[in-house]
Amino acid sequence: MRTFLSYCRRNPQLAVGLIMFLALLLFWLIGPLVIDTDDARPMSALPDLSPSTEYPLGTDSTGRQLLPVLLQGTLYTLQIGLIAGSVGLLVGIILGFSAGYFGGILDTIVRTGADVILTIPTLAVLVVIASLIKDRLDPQNMAAVIALLAWMWPTRTIRAQVLTLRERPYVEIARLSGMGDVKIILKELLPNLLPYLAASFVGAVSAAILAAIGLEALGLGPQTDPTLGMTIFWSIYYGAILRGMWWWWAPPMAAISYVFIGLFMISWGLDELANPRLRRAA
Amino acid sequence: MNDPVLQVRDLRVYYHTPAGVVKAVDGISFDLPRGENLGLVGESGSGKSTTVQALMRLVMNPGRIEGGQALLDGIDLLKLSDEEMRHMAGARISLIPQGAMNSLNPVMRIKTQMIDTIKAHDTGPSRAAMMERIVDLLQLVGLSPDVANMYPHQLSGGMKQRVCIAMAITLQPQVIIADEPTSALDVVVQKQVMETLGQIQESINASVILVGHDMGLMAQFVDRVGIMYAGRLVELGPVEDIFEKPQHPYTRLLIGTLPSLETKGVFKGIPGMTPSLLAPPPGCTFHPRCPHATPACTRWDYDYREVRPGHWVACLAVNGDRP
Amino acid sequence: MTALLEARNVSKTFTSGSIIGTSKHVTVALDDASLAINTEPATVISIAGESGSGKTTLSRLMLGLIKPTQGAIYHRGKSLAQMNRAERMAYRREVQAIFQDPFEAYNPFYIVDHALTMPIECFEPKMPKATARALIEEVLVTVGLRPEETLGRYPHQLSGGQRQRVMVARALLLKPSIIVADEPVSMVDASLRATILESLLKAHEEWGVSLIYITHDLTTAYQVSQTILMLYQGSMVEVGNVDKVIKNPRHPYTQLLISSIPLPDPKKRWGKGGGREVIAKPPGGKNLGCKFAPRCPHVMTRCWESQPPMYGLDDDCAVACFLFDKSPVLDKTEIINLYARR
Repeated sequence: MRTFLSYCRRNPQLAVGLIMFLALLLFWLIGPLVIDTDDARPMSALPDLSPSTEYPLGTDSTGRQLLPVLLQGTLYTLQIGLIAGSVGLLVGIILGFSAGYFGGILDTIVRTGADVILTIPTLAVLVVIASLIKDRLDPQNMAAVIALLAWMWPTRTIRAQVLTLRERPYVEIARLSGMGDVKIILKELLPNLLPYLAASFVGAVSAAILAAIGLEALGLGPQTDPTLGMTIFWSIYYGAILRGMWWWWAPPMAAISYVFIGLFMISWGLDELANPRLRRAA
Repeated sequence: MNDPVLQVRDLRVYYHTPAGVVKAVDGISFDLPRGENLGLVGESGSGKSTTVQALMRLVMNPGRIEGGQALLDGIDLLKLSDEEMRHMAGARISLIPQGAMNSLNPVMRIKTQMIDTIKAHDTGPSRAAMMERIVDLLQLVGLSPDVANMYPHQLSGGMKQRVCIAMAITLQPQVIIADEPTSALDVVVQKQVMETLGQIQESINASVILVGHDMGLMAQFVDRVGIMYAGRLVELGPVEDIFEKPQHPYTRLLIGTLPSLETKGVFKGIPGMTPSLLAPPPGCTFHPRCPHATPACTRWDYDYREVRPGHWVACLAVNGDRP
Repeated sequence: MTALLEARNVSKTFTSGSIIGTSKHVTVALDDASLAINTEPATVISIAGESGSGKTTLSRLMLGLIKPTQGAIYHRGKSLAQMNRAERMAYRREVQAIFQDPFEAYNPFYIVDHALTMPIECFEPKMPKATARALIEEVLVTVGLRPEETLGRYPHQLSGGQRQRVMVARALLLKPSIIVADEPVSMVDASLRATILESLLKAHEEWGVSLIYITHDLTTAYQVSQTILMLYQGSMVEVGNVDKVIKNPRHPYTQLLISSIPLPDPKKRWGKGGGREVIAKPPGGKNLGCKFAPRCPHVMTRCWESQPPMYGLDDDCAVACFLFDKSPVLDKTEIINLYARR
């Protein structure tokens, strides 16, 4: 524990990012005890109310109370980000390790596949898919849709990392000791890539959240669940800017900025941890 | 004995790490006579690379030059400001660093890199004059003038090293420090590069400090050699004397480890391990591994005696009670 | 008698370039090399050469880490390419290796014990932990290390010499028949080199382990081995009894190499001559013959036209040079037999 804390002192970015997320975690845990999430539903209060002591963030034009919406929305948005990011990374790990370690035909197929799909503008594809199934979208399907296009970048970068590690003498020593290929991947390669995978995970989550918010801001998200992006969409739809209803569009934007800054800080901090130059300091 | 071009007295470089003070160089003194070559031999942790860094004022945090003098023609290099040192570096004292071949900028042509060196010290000469100088330098190191237009990756290891030598002598310095200049080169190219360095040194009457761990190379190239161990000089003398009549036990053991091409079979190593510079053994740092160690060695402080003209040794067993 | 480990006329070519193959770069790393170690008596063979000579490629081929483009490697008569899993495990158990870099050979994530327990877990999975631990401690003592000072530490906490000694211990752990040591002491301090080479030779003399010692340093090769193979740019140039090859080199390249060694004797200096080497150009524009021709002081016209075969000398040496064309040409089996002489 002590080494972890002293490391945080040397790596302030990671420390700040983790603190921000810790705060978010507390918000989730304590929030539902204080705020009733049912109040995020439409017609739970009178519409278009400006912030007051009873409704700290006011209400929108459909009667949703916006503080509960903020709580619910952040939860949903992060849920989408985490599911899509995890799936993308998991597929990336499996494909990246296999392609990088085994090479040959497998590598060519995976590499070409990822490269081809990478050139297709993801947002365009997502827009098409989302608009086709718009009415049946909920946060979980959103995650699935985004996960479809979240695996290519992790696959590519993990493959590159595996390629460099594969040639290391300690991997050859493992082979000479009679270790099987799968065992080598799990025991020799994977542990050394953990910081890199953590950084990749944060990157994948950020990208997924960005994609989700992008789609939702266009209206291509869950129609009945108040995610952060959809809240922004509805605020535009109902002309909240023109009507001066800042409490509708400003809090989601602030929440999104907060989440991204937190993720960015963590990823910046992890970058430093994953950098091999640091690790050979002895 | 001509007057020395470089006089180093009691040089100390300590690294202030969170774990404690590491005494990388702890009181080194030597003279470099004009026109002569000096070798500094030591294994890893002996402090030879740190000595080089100190002389070129390249010591970086957490290392600090704690004390001592390095007089180059009377000017103390250790007391100069950064600005003043930049004027000295390259012009009066230059360095061929370890792995020099890899310190060539891969995206610049050789001539551009050499022009940089000239321009940093002397903005005067015209382009034509500089190109002429570059061609001269390349020929001096045995390379054809075409090399000037090439990129580093087009040259072999030996050629790149010679380019580095050419860059080090551009401004005709008085002292050239060569830090393991041939470690990545094969034996045949090594000989060619060292012979080139020798010819250069003679033609501009410079003095070379050759730093390394290859005793064979020292025997072939230098006039005097200093043996370093754990941050100190243990023996310093003419190269023939050192090889024929080594005095210090470490020098003797070191020479004993050199495999011969004449007789087979005897393997001699030096038992024990190189000492920690964080907590060095008390007294003589070599005593834990020394076959002649006595309890008095743990209380001894380094003290040099001239056992023969020009041949200095720091050893209690050798010097005994000599005044 | 079937050789324990044999490389029969192996060649290795590396190609790089795109799949579309417009500009494929071809490097011939090894060209028709042969080497053999017999089951007994145990021998020490050196493979010597400069960088680019193919010595590392040959060692990696013999360790089964890469596949030859031509020719094959045989373990007890069975080709590596045709082994099943059980045969492969038997081969891996008998043929061990020590690499050059004592730092990179360790996985930085684990303590050094991991490198020692790995072979036991793979080859002797049923060995009880206590026996394994005892075995590890015993072999560490053999190489001159104290287990309590070595085990439980991370690689960066040990010195370079200690790390390399642990690697030697790892190689000796399950009593292999052959150890392939690729420049095992070039990154180790002079004072420790002898100790490490000594433990390898002790294993050879006491346990009958054969050694394939790969190096660019001819002096240690001379000290350690009985037979030596000189490689130049992938081709075999001289093979034979190490005393003869080193003291009386026949091939012009070997002569050049030996004369360039810096002898630690100030009375035997190189002399002021030399400096630039003369590189000749092939008269026909392209060199189809001996690889050393451009640098050879005795080059003749025929050297550019075809590669010289191996000529046999004194029945325990061979040299690939047309200067010796009065001697008998050796065929493949005879070349292999050279390694068996002591």
